[in-house]
Amino acid sequence: MKSSLCCSWRIALLIFWSASSLWAFGPDGSSVHGTNIFAPASTPAKSIADLSVFVLVITGIIFLVVFALLIYSVVKFRAKGGDGGREPAQVYGSTQIELAWTITPILIVVVLFLATARVIHAIQDAPEPAGAVHVIAIGHQYWWEFRYPKLGIVTANELHIPVSGPDHPTPTFVQLLSVDTDHSFWVPELAGKMDLIPNHPNRMWMDPQRMGIFLGQCAQYCGAQHAKMLLRVSVDDSTDFAAWVRTQQKPADEDAGAIAGRRVFESNACMNCHAVGGTPADGRFGPDLTHFMSRATLAAGAAENTHDNLRLWIRNPSAIKPGALMPAMKLSDADLDAVVSYMETLN
Amino acid sequence: MASDAITVPVGQIEARPWVDELHQWLTTVDHKRLGILYILSSLLFLVVGGVEALIIRIQLMHSHNNFVSPEVFNRMFTMHGTTMIFFVAMPILFGFANYLVPLMIGARDMAFPRLNAFSFWLSFLGALLLYFSFLGGSGLYGAGNAPDVGWWSYAPLGARAFSPGHSSDYWTLALLVSGFGSIGTAINIIATILCLRCPGMKINRMPLLVWMNLVMAGMVLIAITPLSAAQIMLLIDRYLGGHFFDTQAGGSAVLWMHFFWIFGHPEVYVLIIPCFAFMSEIIPVFSRKPIFGYPVMVAATICIAFVSMSVWAHHMFTIGMNSYANSFFTLTTMVVGIPTGIKIFNWIGTMWGGRIQFKTAMLFSIAFLFQFLIAGLTGIMMAASPFDWQLSLSYFVVAHFHYVIVGGILFALFAAFYYWYPKMTGRMLSERFGQWHFWLFLVGFHLTFDVMHIPGLLGMPRRIYTYEPGRGWDTLNLIISIGAFIQAIAILVFVANLIISYFKGARAGNDPWDAWTLEWSTSSPPPAYNFATVPVVASRRPLWDLKHPEDPDSRYE
Repeated sequence: MKSSLCCSWRIALLIFWSASSLWAFGPDGSSVHGTNIFAPASTPAKSIADLSVFVLVITGIIFLVVFALLIYSVVKFRAKGGDGGREPAQVYGSTQIELAWTITPILIVVVLFLATARVIHAIQDAPEPAGAVHVIAIGHQYWWEFRYPKLGIVTANELHIPVSGPDHPTPTFVQLLSVDTDHSFWVPELAGKMDLIPNHPNRMWMDPQRMGIFLGQCAQYCGAQHAKMLLRVSVDDSTDFAAWVRTQQKPADEDAGAIAGRRVFESNACMNCHAVGGTPADGRFGPDLTHFMSRATLAAGAAENTHDNLRLWIRNPSAIKPGALMPAMKLSDADLDAVVSYMETLN
Repeated sequence: MASDAITVPVGQIEARPWVDELHQWLTTVDHKRLGILYILSSLLFLVVGGVEALIIRIQLMHSHNNFVSPEVFNRMFTMHGTTMIFFVAMPILFGFANYLVPLMIGARDMAFPRLNAFSFWLSFLGALLLYFSFLGGSGLYGAGNAPDVGWWSYAPLGARAFSPGHSSDYWTLALLVSGFGSIGTAINIIATILCLRCPGMKINRMPLLVWMNLVMAGMVLIAITPLSAAQIMLLIDRYLGGHFFDTQAGGSAVLWMHFFWIFGHPEVYVLIIPCFAFMSEIIPVFSRKPIFGYPVMVAATICIAFVSMSVWAHHMFTIGMNSYANSFFTLTTMVVGIPTGIKIFNWIGTMWGGRIQFKTAMLFSIAFLFQFLIAGLTGIMMAASPFDWQLSLSYFVVAHFHYVIVGGILFALFAAFYYWYPKMTGRMLSERFGQWHFWLFLVGFHLTFDVMHIPGLLGMPRRIYTYEPGRGWDTLNLIISIGAFIQAIAILVFVANLIISYFKGARAGNDPWDAWTLEWSTSSPPPAYNFATVPVVASRRPLWDLKHPEDPDSRYE
């Protein structure tokens, strides 16, 4: 049967992909992890992956047994030439057999349910320890706002959290909010996804055991640019994280050379939506730009943060992300260059 | 026992002008013609929804593809989902129920023939409303567009702030109008089965197809109502300043989810139970044995209906319900697998010890069993809610429910077409075309939907119009798209078979499969009054009793 071939092939592929954990190195040498749910790097993702393997094994066994029965009956009981057109014995049922194949599934369900309930409780009801990093993630149409209330930091799209280990457990607890439509926070190698729903605050946590960049993206359809609402989680060691926190806490650098750009920024509508710490710009609709150059990507991961991409993005956001809410401001070339230079001073 | 049709001498049959013929079809209240109208309109929308799927698949063939804009892509998946569920799967199953239920219980029509016609035209009007959105979606200004909020239209995306213009209104009205049609049909099916059974057909002698359609109709009554209520609430929000789902004014997005899925999950069983019904008629006939464990099959169906009413929030494991709610819906969802598993075992038990004839209808049925088994098992995986926190909203879910809807429902429907087409038209479908159709569709299906599980495990979310290169998704998506085109070719073979066989197929005769239920006792196609004399039955297989007077079923029941 063709279908059986396809299935075993699928399982082989699955094992192949699970084994290769799909990682590469980013431009700055930090490792970039993929989005494979079977390559967990954090406790919630790990306990989900373990449960998944358990469920896969049980369902795999059920599949093999039922599939074997099906194939056997199709092959064994096919009509043959020598039957002479007689009808087979007419069997109407059997109470014993019916009971057997009712009770066995009930037992399997009990086992699966208990194993699952344990993991649900362990992940969902985990208490927040005192030393945990606390982050508020706010979903916006097509970008992420991250606030660290205890540290006084506001940033966007690229979440920085410290690595956690058995000797120094520093999990990160994220409170999930949304200002517009539903979104979903999904970084597969760190945790299962959790939705960001307006008027319905949610909570999730992760304690990454490995450093590097972890990729993810919005998983709940949220509008035209749902596809380019990407997520990067940078897991840093404790010194790097502390250094990052100190940088982010500072107001924006003041660079005399960028004063023209700053004037363009503040005399156009830019400052209605964007904030730059330490200046009059305090808009809340778009990402905070105080330390814009500390981010590797722009437009929620849609493009790398390079000079050319930044210029294109400001000139015509639709060229990178059609449907994004940032309007094209129709700046003159001189103003455009000035704003780009200003942005490039916001380290 | 039923006798042949009243024969009209050939000289007295006059060819009517086509306008008269068309008028007859448009004003008919005959359950058989309405059944065929349901089926034809659904086939039309199957092709339309299929083209939408192909547009989606071309766009996703490789990363950063620019075949369509994000807005068009979002309209395509919204229209594809809405079309396939509400204007293909449901009406085509209603069509078969309409055609078969009265024939199988020895009745001359449905209980309310005019309500029947009204329901069909409501449902068809719903489909037209949905597709009119392509022209009128933006109202007076602009060229129009289709809804782009997904077939769930999750709040607050469906609110006016995020979905201006009228595109969502067409979606809402289409579902509301066709929903009333569905309720009408459900009432009709229930009344027909309860009131119009022929003498001797006690409720425990009804063919399983009739039993399962009775359960399906009951579920429609329960499931469609909250959907219609939610649509009305959404209209109130959009036009009368209501705040049910308006989160900016304190409304609840989660409330919409509950309303939608308390419809949405029973809906899956509304679709699959009639397919169980096809299997329960087709597998016995081609195995030459009665269904194994008739009472258990009935009990399992009713059990599925009850339990499936309490599983809806397994679509909502990622919305942040507390651990008790997640555990409860994990348990109920796993429990629904038990009666479903019993059914699969009973079908295998039916084949066991039989003499299986591999007609095209039986090939599709065996493939159904295989695929429905896998769909059930991936369902168990997602019932384990922590596993679902990874799988939900990813391509794994898309693969899972297409395994149910294509691998299960569509394969069962193809089996039903090959099995009952001779009764409906008087001509056999070509077995040679049928083999091509089956094998092409099987290969295309597995290429697409087996492979589709993997990008989900690799973190690919659904409903994205494009993706980044280097995630390991490109090759997989290319294979998925190729499979989609193979399926499209198979559908063309099927449509060609339907058309060519209608004119050139071999004459079917009354009973081409040597089957046992009442529809095969009358002519093909049956006359308007179905049976010249109302049949009287003494067992679950009246035609078996007739063909084997020495060993009738009625002796054992």
